[in-house]
Amino acid sequence: MTSILPARRKHVLPRRLFAAVMTGFLVVIALIVLVPLVAIFVGTFQDGNDIIRNGVTTDIDLSSLSFDNYVMLFTDSGMYFRWFINTFVLTVVQVAGTLLVSSFVAYGFAMYNFRGKNAGFVAVLLLMTVPFEMMMLPMYVLVNDMGLADTYIVIVLPFLAAAVTIFFFRQYFLGIPHELLEAGRVDGVTEFGIFFKLVLPVARPAVAAMAILNGMIIWNNFLWPLLVLRSAEKFTLPIGLNTLLTPHANNYELLIIGAFFSLVPVLVLFLLFQRFFVAGMTAGALKG
Amino acid sequence: MKKILYSQRLAPYFFIAPFVITLAVFWMLPLGRSVLMSLQEVLYGNATFIGFDNYERLWRDRVFWKALFNSVRYMVFTLVLLIPIPMILAAIVNSKIGNSRVKGLFKASLFVPALTSVVVAGIIFRLMYAESESGLMNQVFGFFSLDPVRWLREDIPGLVALLALAMWRYSGVNMMYFLAGMQSIPTEYYEAASIDGANKFQTFFRITVPNLKPTIVYVTTISVYGGLAMFLESFMLYAGNNSPNNQGLTVVGYLYRQGVQENDLGFASAVGVVLLVVIMAINITNLTLSGTFKKDDAR
Repeated sequence: MTSILPARRKHVLPRRLFAAVMTGFLVVIALIVLVPLVAIFVGTFQDGNDIIRNGVTTDIDLSSLSFDNYVMLFTDSGMYFRWFINTFVLTVVQVAGTLLVSSFVAYGFAMYNFRGKNAGFVAVLLLMTVPFEMMMLPMYVLVNDMGLADTYIVIVLPFLAAAVTIFFFRQYFLGIPHELLEAGRVDGVTEFGIFFKLVLPVARPAVAAMAILNGMIIWNNFLWPLLVLRSAEKFTLPIGLNTLLTPHANNYELLIIGAFFSLVPVLVLFLLFQRFFVAGMTAGALKG
Repeated sequence: MKKILYSQRLAPYFFIAPFVITLAVFWMLPLGRSVLMSLQEVLYGNATFIGFDNYERLWRDRVFWKALFNSVRYMVFTLVLLIPIPMILAAIVNSKIGNSRVKGLFKASLFVPALTSVVVAGIIFRLMYAESESGLMNQVFGFFSLDPVRWLREDIPGLVALLALAMWRYSGVNMMYFLAGMQSIPTEYYEAASIDGANKFQTFFRITVPNLKPTIVYVTTISVYGGLAMFLESFMLYAGNNSPNNQGLTVVGYLYRQGVQENDLGFASAVGVVLLVVIMAINITNLTLSGTFKKDDAR
């Protein structure tokens, strides 16, 4: 029988090898995943006709790369920056509204007992699992009938009480001690004052996670604006970019560089606030 | 007035009012309308009640069955690919082996695709699946001495392109779900297993997987309805809703075509109602099984 020590030594090397293989494996996958992003970045330096003809390729004539697309974007890109600003303003307004309304609703569900509460909360859960794609047609008809097509108000309004956001805030509020509320009541703060002055400031991490998540979703929102918006000057970035994606378009330069620049704000925010993105995205999976 | 502001009995109704109003105006009202419309023929704004004719037409409609087949097929493949693979990746990231900085970068790189919009992702993937020999995917094929493929014109290559897009966008998110689930498994279980001399595979299948059940149920639920409701990915890859032979047409794509492009609202509503019934049945079963409907834990 061998002693324990040599046996352990024998174990060390395969373990290191295993670790190296695993690390290599992860690096290779990560690189493959990043290929499309590198491709679009390289595409911003390419000629549009080249892109249409050859697609994304490694077979690039390096001398053909230029900053022409960048110059074009900032000098002669038609409505691009208009769309960019539209999207930006719409995102900020909608995020602020959604956070306010959804946290308000979540607070009602988390902190009070009242008749119809369980039925109401089941409605939140069901709404969370109804894909919007299913509702788009009747909502579209409704909006047309109300004469609200081609307005921003109708892009924002139906989604202010967002089910996932309500759910996330409720989970967070459930963890806030009731003593805080009681202290407020003793001090003569109204029920709404308690929410705005005491609870919401405490819930800052939840607000941050939901701001990031909703911001990303709204910035990228496509289907509902596609149905509602008609006039080009009101388009958001994804809708505008989509209009450039025609089979025989002559402005693939703008399509590529425009798509790339629509990614930039989200990527920058992600690099700064990674943890809030992950918290927001995985919110639904961690039910309490 | 003062009484209302201080009333703990009335306050909750004010708090949840925005939800109730939204639910009624923007969801229940259109939903009811949709059910009604599915029983009508809607032409130039004039609705005639025609009973279940739309549903009967749907039953005999081969394009609808094709779309349903496409959606179900896509959903099944996303389940097969997007649950086990992210779970294994999460297990590797969660293990003690390897450099934590590399793992951090790995997590971040896999998460980044989830930040891209369907529009941007669709544009990139369209270009990667270009038909010419120089298209990136065909270059990869060429490297292995395979002939170039007309990716988006044939059925199976088109499905592969769609699945690749799905894998690219959602692997990282699903991995994060599993990672979050794994980190909530008590470490004592793993210590006990290692004392009992369990190897990595035994530990994974006997401890990690069973304890991940709630996460697996959740990811399965969202993948099932996400798969059945898929539309935008194919809308972008095929630059519109018209794929050759309807190979990329999904149920929602058909609903969009009939309702928005063809303006046949009655028939499109019938498509929507059928899909809604299917998805709600799946959701309610799943939420019941996972115990989400159990008595509330609020105070």
